[in-house]
Amino acid sequence: MSNTQQLNDLAVQVRRDILRMVHKVNSGHPGGSLGCTEFLVALYNEIMDRKEGFDMDGIGEDLFFLSNGHISPVFYSVLARAGYFPVEELSTFRLIDSRLQGHPTTHEGLPGVRIASGSLGQGMSVALGAAQAKKLNNDSHLVYSLHGDGELQEGQNWEAIMYASAKNVDNIICTVDLNGQQIDGPTTKVLFMGDLKGKFEAFGWDVVEIIDGNNIEAILKGMELAKSKTGQGKPVCVLLRTEMGHGVDFMMHTHEWHGKAPNDEQLENALSQNPETLGDY
Amino acid sequence: MKTYTYTEKKDTRSGFGDGLAELGRTNPDVVALCADLTPSLKMGEFIKENPDRFFQIGIAEANMMGIAAGLTIGGKIPFTGTFANFSTGRVYDQIRQSIAYSGKNVKICASHAGLTLGEDGATHQILEDIGLMKMLPGMTVINPCDYNQTKAATIAIAEHEGPVYLRFGRPSVPIFTPADQKFEIGKAIQLTEGTDVTIVATGHLVWEALEASKILNEKGISAEVINIHTIKPLDEEAILNSVSKTKCIVTAEEHNYLGGLGESVARVLASKLPTPQEFVATKDTFGESGTPAQLMVKYGLDSKSVAEAAEAVIKRK
Repeated sequence: MSNTQQLNDLAVQVRRDILRMVHKVNSGHPGGSLGCTEFLVALYNEIMDRKEGFDMDGIGEDLFFLSNGHISPVFYSVLARAGYFPVEELSTFRLIDSRLQGHPTTHEGLPGVRIASGSLGQGMSVALGAAQAKKLNNDSHLVYSLHGDGELQEGQNWEAIMYASAKNVDNIICTVDLNGQQIDGPTTKVLFMGDLKGKFEAFGWDVVEIIDGNNIEAILKGMELAKSKTGQGKPVCVLLRTEMGHGVDFMMHTHEWHGKAPNDEQLENALSQNPETLGDY
Repeated sequence: MKTYTYTEKKDTRSGFGDGLAELGRTNPDVVALCADLTPSLKMGEFIKENPDRFFQIGIAEANMMGIAAGLTIGGKIPFTGTFANFSTGRVYDQIRQSIAYSGKNVKICASHAGLTLGEDGATHQILEDIGLMKMLPGMTVINPCDYNQTKAATIAIAEHEGPVYLRFGRPSVPIFTPADQKFEIGKAIQLTEGTDVTIVATGHLVWEALEASKILNEKGISAEVINIHTIKPLDEEAILNSVSKTKCIVTAEEHNYLGGLGESVARVLASKLPTPQEFVATKDTFGESGTPAQLMVKYGLDSKSVAEAAEAVIKRK
């Protein structure tokens, strides 16, 4: 898939999936999911080099790890629509006996998921291990990961950030979703983290900024630049500036929709802003 | 009564180091990680022979557990090495989510477990690690008794698919198991045959139990000593077979009596064959500084304590 219009159509459909999934069970995290929709759509359908099917080891293909596991709705939708499992299964999200647990897990054997995440701050370490396994296997493919900005308050990230540059793990691109929001409010108020670009650079990383992280073309351009920086001895960080709740006007510019589902009326309104493109599940 | 002697003492951590070195030569998928304690973990030989398969993480155990989980994706078999305290309590959530719940094939190798770490004191002497690890679904928990058994266990766990907690220690202890004894995960080893009392012991307490059986024998008491090197999965059959004959049991471990081997045994007996039991273990307390021998006596983990517990439990039959 290379046509920007096709990717945008897919993004709208993924948005609909997210909204319908969380509405059905009246739980889940729509805000961050909507904010990362364009990124994950672009990553899985244009940026990553993926094999057909799924095996855990993923030798000979690019890998992705979701560290901020609460945005599982967007992850599940993108995986299903990339062919890892039937899109109909999205209707089981958060229900008893489902493979689509509240937070992603390998435990139920859902294709496309390689690690459990939800308890924050662990994904970068895992991604680094997978990247080092690729080097041992002489596999030149890349490892991608996604992290919340609030998630960087967890100290384990900084152990991983320090390690990655010290050990020259240069086959990794860690993206931070800079939506500036967390449960208790704006990240600047909850725990201001200052100059993240400067922090990553001080820790020895190459940093790429994507200012419009909800624009497919900006994402493709920024990630192409990030890719070009791999293999040069340094880990690569992408600071992806997104709008939480993107694509649904009343869910934007607030942290209120971090972990709240829309009611029937709100769902109808939200879906009307995102008309069906590829068919609902 | 079968008696056990020894000609040499050695630390169990050296069994780990030598087992890991052997794996380095025989299994190309085995990789090792350490959080700045390679001499303490005796990892030097593996590192020297396989520099590309060793990952020095620095003093960052949480990162180490996550990296280990990631290395399994790509087919590696990671062995992490640090003290038992930093292998468990410090990184419980990392192990729980990224390793146990994710079903990753990581071998968590923990030295300096229990009181026998000695002079460093309670900050480093974890007595809760068996409980922490055995509560994690899918986690295998192993606590071998001497150098030979620790070496054999290290080699054996590489062939086992799934997360393992391997616990060993710092002091030199008698080597009394055969060097060529194959290690079978989950299979208890009966060391002496007896009719009056069953003593099941793990780790350093196995030798103390054998010494206790000599004390008891002099008093005309016949003790059946069983080495439970695997706490999970527990060899329930071996325990039930023995107590159906002796009608009473002593459990012995270098661990808190809350959450340790003793409670696992009590669960089996309570549900299948209620039996009087005495616990040789620390009694919900932290440790302290001292020599290993002094600490084992003070906290009631020596052969004399095991023998006294045996006599006490026999009276409760």
